[in-house]
Amino acid sequence: MLAGSLAILVLVLALLIAALLRRPAQSDDSERGTGLWLWTLGLAFPLTTLAALTVYGLQMGERLLPRDTPDLVTVTAEARQWAWTFGYPDAPGLATDGVLHIPAGRPVDVQITSRDVVHSFWVPRLAGKLDALPGHVNVLRIEAPAPGTYSGQTAEFNGAGYAGHVFTVQAHDPAAWVRFLQEGPP
Amino acid sequence: MTQKPPRRGTALRLHRQLERIWSPDPRFRGWLTTNNNNDVGRLFLAVATLFFVIGGLLAMLIRAQLATPGSAFMGPEAYNQVFTMHGTVMMFLFAIPFFEALAVLLLPGMLGTRDLAFPRLGVYGLWVYIFGGSAVIVAMLMGLSPDGGWFMYPPLSSAAFSPGIGADVWLLGITSIEVSAIATAVEIVVTVLRYRAAGMSLSRMPIFAWYILVVAVMILTAFPPMILGSLLLETERALGWPFFQVENGGDPLLWQHLFWLFGHPEVYIIFLPAAGMIATILPVMARTTLLGYGWVVAAAVSLAVLSFGLWVHHMFTTGIPHLGLAFFSAASTLVAVPTSIMIFSWIGTLWKGRVQMKLPMLWLLGFFATFVIGGLTGVMLAIVPFNWQVHDTHFVVAHLHYVLIGGYVFPMIAAVYYFQPLLTGRFHYFRLGAVAFWLVVPAFHITFLAVHVVGLLGQRRRTWTYDEGQGWELLNLIASTASFVMAIGFALVILDIGITTFSGLRGKRNPWGATTLEWAAPMPSPAYGFASIPIVRGRYPLTDDPDLPQRIARGEGYLADTSRNRREALIVTTTTGKPLQVAVMPGNSALPILLAVVTSTSFLAPLVQAYWLSALALVGVVIVALVWVWTTAPRQSEGLVDAGHGARLPVAAESPDPPGWWGSLFLLVADGVHFGSLMFGYAFLWTVAPNWPPPSYLVPTLLPVLLALGGAAALAAGPRLAARAVATGHRTALALVLSLFGALSLATAAASVMLARQDPAGHAYDAALWLLAGHVGFHAALAVIMLGYLALRRISGHGLRVGEARIVSLWADFTAATGLVALAAAWLPGTFA
Ligand code: HEM
Ligand SMILES: [Cu+2]
Repeated sequence: MLAGSLAILVLVLALLIAALLRRPAQSDDSERGTGLWLWTLGLAFPLTTLAALTVYGLQMGERLLPRDTPDLVTVTAEARQWAWTFGYPDAPGLATDGVLHIPAGRPVDVQITSRDVVHSFWVPRLAGKLDALPGHVNVLRIEAPAPGTYSGQTAEFNGAGYAGHVFTVQAHDPAAWVRFLQEGPP
Repeated sequence: MTQKPPRRGTALRLHRQLERIWSPDPRFRGWLTTNNNNDVGRLFLAVATLFFVIGGLLAMLIRAQLATPGSAFMGPEAYNQVFTMHGTVMMFLFAIPFFEALAVLLLPGMLGTRDLAFPRLGVYGLWVYIFGGSAVIVAMLMGLSPDGGWFMYPPLSSAAFSPGIGADVWLLGITSIEVSAIATAVEIVVTVLRYRAAGMSLSRMPIFAWYILVVAVMILTAFPPMILGSLLLETERALGWPFFQVENGGDPLLWQHLFWLFGHPEVYIIFLPAAGMIATILPVMARTTLLGYGWVVAAAVSLAVLSFGLWVHHMFTTGIPHLGLAFFSAASTLVAVPTSIMIFSWIGTLWKGRVQMKLPMLWLLGFFATFVIGGLTGVMLAIVPFNWQVHDTHFVVAHLHYVLIGGYVFPMIAAVYYFQPLLTGRFHYFRLGAVAFWLVVPAFHITFLAVHVVGLLGQRRRTWTYDEGQGWELLNLIASTASFVMAIGFALVILDIGITTFSGLRGKRNPWGATTLEWAAPMPSPAYGFASIPIVRGRYPLTDDPDLPQRIARGEGYLADTSRNRREALIVTTTTGKPLQVAVMPGNSALPILLAVVTSTSFLAPLVQAYWLSALALVGVVIVALVWVWTTAPRQSEGLVDAGHGARLPVAAESPDPPGWWGSLFLLVADGVHFGSLMFGYAFLWTVAPNWPPPSYLVPTLLPVLLALGGAAALAAGPRLAARAVATGHRTALALVLSLFGALSLATAAASVMLARQDPAGHAYDAALWLLAGHVGFHAALAVIMLGYLALRRISGHGLRVGEARIVSLWADFTAATGLVALAAAWLPGTFA
């Protein structure tokens, strides 16, 4: 996408420079050139590029869409100023602060909400961000490729403690996940 | 062509007479009482520039803080205030007023008329802006700024999480600026549609007039949702009406919808005037005509229309359903089409012309280089998966500044350089301008390219500091250093323009060889603009007739006769530009500034809990407004007057559609959008907010329903009958009483809603009912005041005019129609529940 953007940029700037350097003996007050400049470059060109871009974007978006799978795990994330509390419906009563535990290699639905102001749940390496709104529950599908820790942060301004409002995601292998659900965090 | 020897004597005599009629009070107080567009525009421009400097200083504080990791220069409390104020000052106090100022200064000249349609309204808008803006700055200096970011999302900005008056300063300050913008927008629309040179049909209008017309209509339709949002948030903060509190039936998402319904079009409201300037200046610099005038007009209109469908793209991460995402994502990329038409029309124009590298052209090139990059990163942002990754990082900050500085500030600087000879009569002789350019543009790119990268690396916007070791240090340091260079460059631009304004060389008329009418005026443009209203036969009047300036000066256009000894302008038919009426412009007066003082007092007094003062000031608003209208309305009828060229035209005030009727029409457009937003908010809460439906409903009784129906009918019929009676010379008393009765019945019906639900702070449902009823009550009160005015005119023997009665009729119709809709919305759910 970056390459495409750069190509367009170069094309536009090249045309601009050519237009500046061209010095017709007589400047032309007519409307000749409408076909090239307006129909072709102004209208047809962006329409085709945008069509391609949108199709591509929608396909990408489609892939990120949550789908029903048998090994799906659900967790909850509740934000407040300036902390996160995570819950695990698979282990009622279990809650962790500041660290979200998930199994690696399995799709996870995070049910995100807020207790006070608007926050946003964002783990850059796992998925895009989704807002935590009081009174609403938004569901984000994430999947950690391998066990390990992933850093996450709030990405919607929420007051004085915004900069320090971060959390981590801890992805476990299957054995460690079962142990976590039974015994809580180590 | 036969060249007549210029009859200098005639021109000079005419100049002296017009000067006497149009000039402001020469004493200092002239600045407070003048309503000439030259003076108003200059003040406007100076104040907007001052706010740019303030916003720029705040930007320097931000960059100083971010230059190094773990900086101890500011803490989060101070930083949050500083970036919020930087965004607010730049968007509301600089960007919008600055182009309004240029429009006020230049529009009459471009259209070939002498002043704007409502000179006093313009003054009023100016002072409301000055008072509101100063209040915001004073609060900042006292450390009482808002700190929730320039879009102020509740509940963060609600009373529970933002105690103190910071958020109120923001809400009330911004509302007064919006009032000012709407006043100016009404003035601009009516001027473009009605006040033009003879023969200037719509398709002969200079391109800037088209752009600014589109922008003004956008202001009228985009600002009302924001005004409503501010009203909801302020009533929630001050009175506890729970519009955004989930527990009591509110929803914070409602704010986001209302804000972005305004906020997205706002971006185009800022960009289109700049584009209009480019389309004006570029062809002159290339010594040719704009390629595809019609295309560009169509592109501007479609950009405006599209921009209203796009607000949701600012809310991609709030959990919008997938199909909605797809739709808005596709629509968002679509705005690139009209933009691309404009860009290629401009490049095509440069292609067919011979470009001269003057200073304005240099800044336009700075625009091209910057804006194209900004547009492309914008397209990248519109792609949903990508947006999820970079939303709320410094990547967005960089994108925003590419568009705002590259797409707005650079073209505006070009415009100021280009029009400076016309406005000050002086020319540039210094090389400082070029030096400043070469400081600003490269430094700008270094700054914000670094900011792009650091955003891609994950630095979040609005974080007051960052830790070492994430690879952000060097990039931030580069960005900060370059931004200081850029700031020095901007300071030099201002210095350069200042030097030229006060000590530049004098020069001859039309130095750039432009083709549009504003350059036919003497330089610097006198208070009266044109000695006579020009007659045009094409889109490029100065090319068609190089002699035009002399002919205008000799009084060979319309309205060259000064014997009536008053300020006059020509009103033309909207599409064809045929002379239609003679408008009599008001003279100097202190009333507009007085009205601005009382308006601002009523807005700002609640900040210090002085609600009684606020109420008192509101009464003052009504009184001053009545005096204003009373004293401007003419006392005697004069029938047809001689407009020159054998045309005998009616005076505007005696026509059935005086300028006030047109102004009311467009004000009601804004009012209607405001009402529509209110209905949208009510429906939104009903369908989306948790904790609905409300615990109990309002069940209407028969009497209020009958009162509402009867009242609306009487209010719609009464003023119509009055207008007919005036036209046919019959008695109007009965019609006026009928209308008054209608307004009072409607108000009673609205009051019944409030009486039935006495706790608006209980549930958002009740709060919404109070607002609906409040809308009806407010407009009914307005109708009563207007009817009272008509009655007074009748009693005092000045006589009523059809135009006046038709204006009241317009407002009464609106009140009756929206009143019925509002009350139906309040009553129907309870009836069927
Ligand atoms: C003069 C050079 C400028 C510099 C160096 C600059 C710098 C910045 C920076 C660093 C931020 C991000 C603060 C943060 O998120 O932590 C920012 C925010 C912003 N700037 Fe600028 N800026 C400049 C001019 C402008 C202009 C001319 C405009 C508008 C016409 C503007 C509008 C904004 C807005 C709307 C924000 C967002 C504020 C918020 O997040 O609430 N800036 N600016
Ligand atoms: Cu937008």
